[in-house]
Amino acid sequence: MGHPPASDGPVIAVSDLRMRYGDKDVLTGLDLRIEPGGVTALLGPNGAGKTTTIEILEGFRARSGGTVEVLGTDPEHGDERWRAGLGVVLQEWRDNGKWRVRELLDHFGEYYKPYAEPWDADALLGLVGLEAQAAQRVQTLSGGQRRRLDVALGIIGRPALLFLDEPTTGFDPHARREFHELIHRLTDLDGTTILLTTHDLDEAEKLAERIVILAGGRIIADGSPDALARAAATTAEVKWIQDGTLQIHATEDATDFVRKLLATDDGAVTDLEVHRASLEDAYLSLVADFEAGQAESAVDTFKEATA
Amino acid sequence: MSTAANTGTMNTTVHAYKTGWKRGLIETRISLTTIGDLMGFIMPTAIAIVVLFFMRGADFEGSPVSLGAMNMPSLIGMNVVFGGIMGIMGTLSMDRTNGTLLRAKSMPGGMTGYLVGHMVSTALFVLATVAVMLAAGLVLFDGLEFDSPDRWLLFVAVVLMGIVTTLPLGAVLGAAINNPKNMGLVMFPIMGSVAISGIFYPLTALPGWLQGIGQVFPIYWMGLGMRHSLLPDSAVAVEVDGSWRTLLMFAVLAAWAVLALALAPKLLRRMARRESGSAVAARRAEMQQQWG
Repeated sequence: MGHPPASDGPVIAVSDLRMRYGDKDVLTGLDLRIEPGGVTALLGPNGAGKTTTIEILEGFRARSGGTVEVLGTDPEHGDERWRAGLGVVLQEWRDNGKWRVRELLDHFGEYYKPYAEPWDADALLGLVGLEAQAAQRVQTLSGGQRRRLDVALGIIGRPALLFLDEPTTGFDPHARREFHELIHRLTDLDGTTILLTTHDLDEAEKLAERIVILAGGRIIADGSPDALARAAATTAEVKWIQDGTLQIHATEDATDFVRKLLATDDGAVTDLEVHRASLEDAYLSLVADFEAGQAESAVDTFKEATA
Repeated sequence: MSTAANTGTMNTTVHAYKTGWKRGLIETRISLTTIGDLMGFIMPTAIAIVVLFFMRGADFEGSPVSLGAMNMPSLIGMNVVFGGIMGIMGTLSMDRTNGTLLRAKSMPGGMTGYLVGHMVSTALFVLATVAVMLAAGLVLFDGLEFDSPDRWLLFVAVVLMGIVTTLPLGAVLGAAINNPKNMGLVMFPIMGSVAISGIFYPLTALPGWLQGIGQVFPIYWMGLGMRHSLLPDSAVAVEVDGSWRTLLMFAVLAAWAVLALALAPKLLRRMARRESGSAVAARRAEMQQQWG
């Protein structure tokens, strides 16, 4: 259905991407390669450089260094045909508020006609669940409806690559769930690769087949949600009380540690707990350290945990 | 580049212009059916016409018509300049805050379509307001003459020239102002230029040096052209040099148009290049801070 990627190669190929604003380094050598198909989540705390990365990929921002290819083309030199292969959904869009919903979809589909067969407005309204709002002015939509319209406009030209930048920021749980269901429906569309950014691990785990964690200006972990979870869970925290004091020990082999502990304690150990670190624990401690300004040490700790 | 590729580029460019034209028609319909947009035209214009209506009794020495009737054509000229400049400038400025411009940038041919669309819709909106004001003027004021093809032709030619001049001027100013809060920096000088452009009082009543400054700006010449097409010939007596200076009027407007058209593409490209999601978010955050 969607038109094929411009080349047989990866949809996104980034190597040693650098970005510097004034004397502040935001990206310090980012490498990323995404093959066609599937949903990849770019996860990271606020200020990690996710939006900067995605804007460079979208061709909206000039980079400081490194090589970038999106659909086989450097975004800084992408022409209109290249642009037609991308769909962009931004964090907060309030454009064209006076237009009516169907009118906007009908008109914006026209721009893609030289390049692809755009979605029919009514079919698209059905896909994103806005049939009832078709005749409404855009500015009267709720936040969740507006974002679904943004998704509709993002995919209207059947893009090979769809960017979703923090798509559920500011949503209530209901709107969030509905939006997640919409993303799942999109993954059934052939030929569209999705790259979404989020600062929410839970969202990344729910939506993506691959999670790429961005912190300290580079990628510090990369894998499927399961693989990352297993990697993070290799470290366990063992807690017990001995002689009236709480003892805590972090170990990679909790079973072996506990066996030895109980073999030699002469019955003095009580209240034994083994707590296996989850990906969430590892990620939350990364975010906490990051926000406390200890970006470097946070990254190192996380890398140890997930390496 | 092969011939086929060239033809392809041509077709997509033509397509972008066509889509822009359609966008212009839709935007015009939206403007004419949105109370807020209409009030932006109706309120100031209605107030001005009411004021002129009460000036029907006031005469200006040497003029065959009342000050009210004399100012009505000038007001139409001012409306063309305001509508053209402010229309584009305000739109570009607002559309950078709400993301409309960025949306256009995110679509193939979107920026071309956006600019063409807004040129078309602003021009059509100005034409609609000019028609309404002309009708009101002819009904309300004695002494306006609009009964010969000469006058119709001149009227249409001056209005079109005014639109061709002011749309690119608005685009230049709108592209140069990258922050809506700086709109005032441009608005106040434009308002000031009205005072010395012979719109509400003949230019010849001003000191010589102010007359000189007033004649630099397009508003004076639009007013002059409108008076020429709508006032009795003898009204020329109160104009500078006692002449309608028809050729000079078109020449000055054309000079402004050429200047603006030379600057506009470069400034618009710069504006488009700088547009990104974070730029829109930063502008919006600043607005929210200022307005609470």
